[in-house]
Amino acid sequence: MKKFTLVDAIVAPMDRPNVDTDAIIPKQFLKSIKRSGFGPNLFDEWRYLDVGEPGKDNSKRPLNPDFVLNQERYQGAEILLTRKNFGCGSSREHAPWALEDYGFSVVIAPSFADIFFNNCFKNGILPIVLDEETVDDLFKAVHDNAGYKLVVNLQDQVIIMPDGKKITYDVDSFRKHCLLEGLDDIGLTLQHVEAIHQYEKNQSKTTPWLFADAEINDN
Amino acid sequence: MAGRTLYDKLWDSHVVREEADGTALLYIDRHLVHEVTSPQAFEGLRLAGRTLWRPQANLATPDHNVPTTEREKGIVDPVSRLQVETLGQNCVEFGITEFGMDDPRQGIVHVIGPEQGATLPGMTVVCGDSHTSTHGAFAALAMGIGTSEVEHVLATQCLIQKKSKNMRITVDGVLAAGVTAKDIALAIIGKIGTAGGTGFTIEFAGSAIRDLSMEGRMTLCNMTIEAGARAGLVAVDDQTIEYVRGRPYSPDEKSWPQAVDYWQGLHTDMDAVFDSEILLQAEDIRPQVSWGTSPEMVVSIDDEVPDPQQEADAVKREGMISALKYMGLESGMAIRDIPLDKVFIGSCTNSRIEDIRAAAAVVSGHKVSGTVKLAMVVPGSGLVKAQAEKEGLDKIFIDAGFEWRDPGCSMCLAMNADRLEEGERCASTSNRNFEGRQGRGGRTHLVSPAVAAAAAIAGHFIDPIRLEN
Ligand code: SF4
Repeated sequence: MKKFTLVDAIVAPMDRPNVDTDAIIPKQFLKSIKRSGFGPNLFDEWRYLDVGEPGKDNSKRPLNPDFVLNQERYQGAEILLTRKNFGCGSSREHAPWALEDYGFSVVIAPSFADIFFNNCFKNGILPIVLDEETVDDLFKAVHDNAGYKLVVNLQDQVIIMPDGKKITYDVDSFRKHCLLEGLDDIGLTLQHVEAIHQYEKNQSKTTPWLFADAEINDN
Repeated sequence: MAGRTLYDKLWDSHVVREEADGTALLYIDRHLVHEVTSPQAFEGLRLAGRTLWRPQANLATPDHNVPTTEREKGIVDPVSRLQVETLGQNCVEFGITEFGMDDPRQGIVHVIGPEQGATLPGMTVVCGDSHTSTHGAFAALAMGIGTSEVEHVLATQCLIQKKSKNMRITVDGVLAAGVTAKDIALAIIGKIGTAGGTGFTIEFAGSAIRDLSMEGRMTLCNMTIEAGARAGLVAVDDQTIEYVRGRPYSPDEKSWPQAVDYWQGLHTDMDAVFDSEILLQAEDIRPQVSWGTSPEMVVSIDDEVPDPQQEADAVKREGMISALKYMGLESGMAIRDIPLDKVFIGSCTNSRIEDIRAAAAVVSGHKVSGTVKLAMVVPGSGLVKAQAEKEGLDKIFIDAGFEWRDPGCSMCLAMNADRLEEGERCASTSNRNFEGRQGRGGRTHLVSPAVAAAAAIAGHFIDPIRLEN
């Protein structure tokens, strides 16, 4: 995973609550066995006027002019501003893959669905929870100012507005560390191989039926 | 020491190690695998030169992409076929047991886990699928994970997690005839909202929950993710133990007494305290029908489509207006007057034998309405299908004009050929009514198997009780 650096970018507003992962990346694109290339199909059903299928040339498809990401003023956006319960529904990690592939590295909302929230961190996306009122103010600012940009600093956990005002936010220290360093969870966990073996050894006494098939390391 | 909740107990018994900030390494007893969320995980392992920590802890089956008709012809769509074949190849390469498309045990991953006894009380169960919450019906800590986590579990048999808060939803009393676990689930989501359970593990308790069959408890836990909670739980009782007895992956006779003894401790202590408590009365719950594009947009079958102008919250109001537009409904319309184009009985929520029996009981002696274009039953697994056929239920459906299909996810998410066309309206026993979920432009109403069956007969929604009379 690449390291998360300072983001200084245009904000795109998605003014609806409960945006689900089916909307973020519709199921027909889940048939891919790859991890990349989902960006052109991000929000596919809202973004295009025709029906998207894997393998279709997206550059030739008719765009929905009303859809926010198709508007000129939001081109190049890296920050997505949205409403509560973003990312609800299916656990598909294709949702953060699509957001990341499109170019988003920050999503701001009053709340996120659990699994999606978790998946973001594994893919270099920072989900930021702000209170409803602050989110409302940001929507207004984005609406009123074409090309509205924010600076998102993870190291100091602060968002800097164009007028210099600052919004602080919370982020789990372990996840912050992993994002900033671009760390691979598996590598981290495998530093604890001994602890896992020890756990298995202990548990195979308490609940032996769960380990009937396992070779328990007995050293 | 204060008493512990069931969730506390399951959590504590699976912590391998814990950081000062509460980030824990949690041991995973069972990992279920399907074709959609696993290919990138296996690819990741290959690229990093990693092997599986414990191949036997995994069980795989293709379900999302499999066809539900003419299976002997294979999968027509080359992209779907490649994904299913990739699962097969990965399972061979990494030594995982797979119930392939031709295996009589193949089915929806959340149906086959319990069916095989691969889901047992006291386990941690994960799968790259949000409806893994289903397995909580067995007092197993079960949750959906993303593909990076799938890879992590394959490589380490562990998950990095922080503990969630404890919520208890108690449903006391006795359900009226024709009211099912699905209606409890929808009524709960209608009450607490789709984000109501976010950050919590929900334990379901109360006499109405105890009275549910294991299938009913699975339906209820299945839908906890729709309430925002990653995991739902029901404590162990005699029914739980009887259900798992003698299944292929269940403990052998030698370990059985010790296992039962252990399982009997899997309930919340009397003096445990929950962070949140919610109470419902079973008698207040009527058959539910969703009217909008989120599972929280639900009313009882005797109600009307609600009026957004009555909603004080502006964001919610806008959501209701756009949902009504998408669904092609007018506020004030009686739910009973909504006509249907298609009926789908299936999905990991409602495709177990009990669901099929409930639907068959309603259908028996009737015919599918001439205005319904397609009514289909998709059993959750090959074994459910075989059982239903043994009981002659397939004949009841076929005689009535239903299609009787092969097992898979099917029209729950329309990754295979089973889908709604633009504007079509469906009574569906699945779990999500999101825009486009069952096909672009398709309109989904979430209901129980009994209500779906009755709707197929009447051509519009109707309380199954009325149909029978
Ligand atoms: S039946 Fe539907 S919800 Fe269940 S696993 Fe399949 S696609 Fe997901």
